Amino acid sequence: MKDFEYSAAATIDEAVSLLARWGDRAKVLTGGTDLIVQLREGQREADMVIDVKKIPQLMESSYSREKGWRLGAAVPCHRIYEHAEVADAYPGLADAARIIGGWQIQSRASIGGNLCNASPAADSIPILIAYHATCRIAGPNGERTVPVAQFCVGPGRNQLARGEILVSLDFPPSLPRSSGAYLRFIPRNEMDIAVVGVGSWVQLNARGDAIEAARIGLGAVAPTPLVAEQASLWLCGKPANDDTFAQAGELARLVARPISDKRGPAEYRTHLVGVLTKRTLAIATKRARET
Amino acid sequence: MTKPSQYKVIGTRPIRHDGVDKVTGRAVYGADVQLPGLVHGKMLRSSHAHARIKSIDTTSAEKLPGVFAVVTGADLPCLAGKMANLGEGAINLAHLSQNCLADTKVLYKGHAVAAVAAISPHVAEEAVKLIRVEYEPLPPVMELLAAMQPDAQLLHDDVFTNRLGEKSARPSNVSQHIHLEQGEVDQAFAKADLVIEREFRTASVHQGYIEPHVSIAFWNADGHVTIWTSTQGAFTVRQQTAELFEIPVSRITVIPTEIGGGFGGKIPVYLEPVAAALSRKCGRPVKMTMQRDEDFQGTGPTPGSVVRVKLGATQDGKLVAGQAWLAYDAGAFPGGMIGPGCMCVFSCYEIPNARVDGFDVLCNKPKTAAYRAPGATQAAFACESVIDELAEKLGIDPIDFRLKNAAKEGTRRPDGEVYRRIGIIETLQAVKQSEHYRSKTSGPNVGRGVAAGFWFNVGLKSSAAANVNNDGTVTLIEGSTDIGGTRTSVAMQLAETLGIAAEDVQPHVGDTDSVGYTDVTGGSRVTNATGKAAYQVGLDIKQQMAARAAIVFECKPEQVAVEGGVYRHQGQALTFKELAGKLPHIGEPVVGRATVDAGGATNGFGVHVVDLDVDRETGKVTILRYTAAQDVGTAIHPSYVEGQMQGGAVQGIGWALNEEYVFNERGEMLNASFLDYRMPTALDVPMIETMIVEVPNPEHPYGVRGVGETPIVPPPAALANAIYRATGVRMRELPMSPPKLWKAISRSAPPA
Ligand SMILES: Cc1cc2nc3c(=O)[nH]c(=O)nc-3n(C[C@H](O)[C@H](O)[C@H](O)COP(=O)(O)OP(=O)(O)OC[C@H]3O[C@@H](n4cnc5c(N)ncnc54)[C@H](O)[C@@H]3O)c2cc1C
Repeated sequence: MKDFEYSAAATIDEAVSLLARWGDRAKVLTGGTDLIVQLREGQREADMVIDVKKIPQLMESSYSREKGWRLGAAVPCHRIYEHAEVADAYPGLADAARIIGGWQIQSRASIGGNLCNASPAADSIPILIAYHATCRIAGPNGERTVPVAQFCVGPGRNQLARGEILVSLDFPPSLPRSSGAYLRFIPRNEMDIAVVGVGSWVQLNARGDAIEAARIGLGAVAPTPLVAEQASLWLCGKPANDDTFAQAGELARLVARPISDKRGPAEYRTHLVGVLTKRTLAIATKRARET
Repeated sequence: MTKPSQYKVIGTRPIRHDGVDKVTGRAVYGADVQLPGLVHGKMLRSSHAHARIKSIDTTSAEKLPGVFAVVTGADLPCLAGKMANLGEGAINLAHLSQNCLADTKVLYKGHAVAAVAAISPHVAEEAVKLIRVEYEPLPPVMELLAAMQPDAQLLHDDVFTNRLGEKSARPSNVSQHIHLEQGEVDQAFAKADLVIEREFRTASVHQGYIEPHVSIAFWNADGHVTIWTSTQGAFTVRQQTAELFEIPVSRITVIPTEIGGGFGGKIPVYLEPVAAALSRKCGRPVKMTMQRDEDFQGTGPTPGSVVRVKLGATQDGKLVAGQAWLAYDAGAFPGGMIGPGCMCVFSCYEIPNARVDGFDVLCNKPKTAAYRAPGATQAAFACESVIDELAEKLGIDPIDFRLKNAAKEGTRRPDGEVYRRIGIIETLQAVKQSEHYRSKTSGPNVGRGVAAGFWFNVGLKSSAAANVNNDGTVTLIEGSTDIGGTRTSVAMQLAETLGIAAEDVQPHVGDTDSVGYTDVTGGSRVTNATGKAAYQVGLDIKQQMAARAAIVFECKPEQVAVEGGVYRHQGQALTFKELAGKLPHIGEPVVGRATVDAGGATNGFGVHVVDLDVDRETGKVTILRYTAAQDVGTAIHPSYVEGQMQGGAVQGIGWALNEEYVFNERGEMLNASFLDYRMPTALDVPMIETMIVEVPNPEHPYGVRGVGETPIVPPPAALANAIYRATGVRMRELPMSPPKLWKAISRSAPPA
């Protein structure tokens, strides 16, 4: 690891101008649970590390039933599942926040960092996609927004241009009879990277026996997290039962194009997409009925 | 189970003597060692699994500011053709040297090629990147059976097959062929009512000790070398280093630090000679610490294997014939774990007609090292799976089947060993009567499996000495590095002998200059052999104390009666403590000493039961309940005995379910981290229940048998047998990881 400069920006403008000045040679630091490991192991290099945890907007988490939820990009995971209203309204993201590392990691690691790191296997991204979350980005030319589903462009690569930082993730309001769930498959019960991760969100009808809308996000089965578009659309109007969930799983499998690697063979990963889609839809539906 | 004990200290659970230092972080491990002028070493490791080294250019590295020395294989003496006995049979010293620093060839990805000493680890890392090595890549030999083919790419041109002392005509990747036979095997198979033959495979796995290898060496200007290191045996480090540098052992002092696990992997030297070579060049103490990926890629895993086992039984469940074929990969240099593998494969049973063939096979993986019962787990996975299948086909309960065939006093193993008093029958009976085994399992995908396991407890040499202090305590110095609570188990045996409290003995592990020669901590020997030395130290002290008491009592030493730590003569009595308080005024100080060569192996047997649940959709196994039973001879400190049984079981579970070296076609390990080399975590195993069975070892004064290794042996077979009961699928390849189990289940039963 080589030496680098460190700067803790106090405002978005300061961070943006530092980033614009240093370009590729600068890296943003939130929890550092990806970045520091990568710097130490020589997977990334930096001459300047810009800590953004002192910027108020990046540390805010504001929720209202009507407006939805704004999650600052640097808010650590534990503040998600410990915030009762948020955990109630977006239980699928709480599922993810609870399994990213252990509690030491969760005290530092942010959802923003998880997303910006752009790992195909990142645990928060499939469920962010399922919840229709959008990224609010600040840069030298002001602010813009991008749906999470389009944010990652390749393994370890995201949409951000020179000088840009992720400020927050914005979630639409959580409506009655809707809910989400995230599951990953790992061979052990902790300390593993998802072999496959699936996040599902459903909106049920008034009687709670049919699906009005659904969205399924998939992780670790392509260079970037995916939306299982066809499966999501097919679900609209279908009865909310195990048969439907299993069939949706079959459809979700079709978009998976995983590789075989140390974490699992491609065939197995594709199979798991079916299993986890079915299981997350069942959990999301059960939760939606309880709202 | 409670029973009146004949002992006062043995069988109790005092707080370990090193406990406070360990929980408060005061214990000194290798990485904690700081010395004036210390510099940091870093290794350059091969990026190829198999290649010839054409040239190494270290000039730029040497020029980097902050660099003090660079060494390569050329800095170690050429030891071609030299052999030495380092306690584990004769070994080729050139191979040992080449494993520490390659000379003309690299034989595995991660093989050490050169090393740098610099002002900081970061500068050393940067300097390593400046070393230019020109390689001529060769095809890597990764697959065991392919490596054995006559036309296979060779690793060494000076390795020949040794078969019963005869050397093959041509060099080969098979360095040894062991053949054991007893009885009339073919005739016996012909007479058997049921014969089952199966083939099994296991992957390379690593000990996964929590503390990486670390060594500090200082080559003084007077030629004396001091080494601080995390090792299982200070004396073997001294011997190996002396041989590698061709210097007398007395010029080396090895100071063993606290050790954060070894499990067999901290017996060979890796860093010590390299740090010493760097220190010799730069005149400063040099510290080298491995990163986790270096531990995986640059030190010894335990062999992967292919094992075929054939067993024949009569209708009423009596084993009549056995045959085993075992090939173990040795890694890059000869001398894997095939010998014990062959001795262990049928070691739990009486099989009068048996034949065993074993092969030590070279391939382009790190040189294997011992790992807890080295070689036994692979063999037991095969044998215990076939035993289970026989029992099932014959309609006999798996414990009853084992009871019918269990080895006992007088049973002859195929390697010729005839058992003395052993306790496998008592252990099987204990399991049979246990609440766990008698309980019912329930659930559609739940199964119960059992398996037995065996490991030797070697004796070997130990030394110990103890000083009696005038406050009544005793300071014990022994030479066995403590990897499993042995300081306390050894101290307790001295306390028992002297009739004093365990807390009144202060045990210390000495360095090679302050304690008599002591063999490695391995082979489940320390509580047995060093414990025996402590007992003899106790007898020696008792005799001297009786002589001092005689001065006080004004009688002859033989007239002093000693019982329970009290010295008496005609109505006069002194406790050990009282007598110790008088020592400054009555004669010479009291120092006890003993040395033992505890020859001959005793034997440890274990039986494990597991209940597990299989997620048929994902192939993931959840362990619901696990019981480990073992004949431990006498449990000196029951908590540490239980801890050994639990730890071994967990390592065996990891080996069974997820652990493996994953290689690509270039022979590169892809998962050299604890993230992707998946050892069980605390959430992956239930509390392991233990059943201590005590059939005292007649050759030990307190009946001790070694405990540490046997518990890793049964788990893979026990889990495979349980998975079969849960799913109807027999898994014959380790690890039985979710993708493999899912595949096997979906092949066996198309989805309903
Ligand atoms: C022991 C351990 C266990 C882990 N377990 C899991 C797990 O189970 N699941 C999982 O998904 N991950 C896991 N991780 C990875 C990591 O913890 C997560 O990805 C985490 O969410 C990263 O967040 P962070 O705040 O620490 O990001 P950082 O490391 O600070 O940043 C990550 C990357 O994003 C960039 N970045 C961060 N914030 C911004 C921003 N606002 N704008 C632009 N770029 C930004 C950084 O420059 C860096 O490249 C684990 C890591 C460790 C060390």
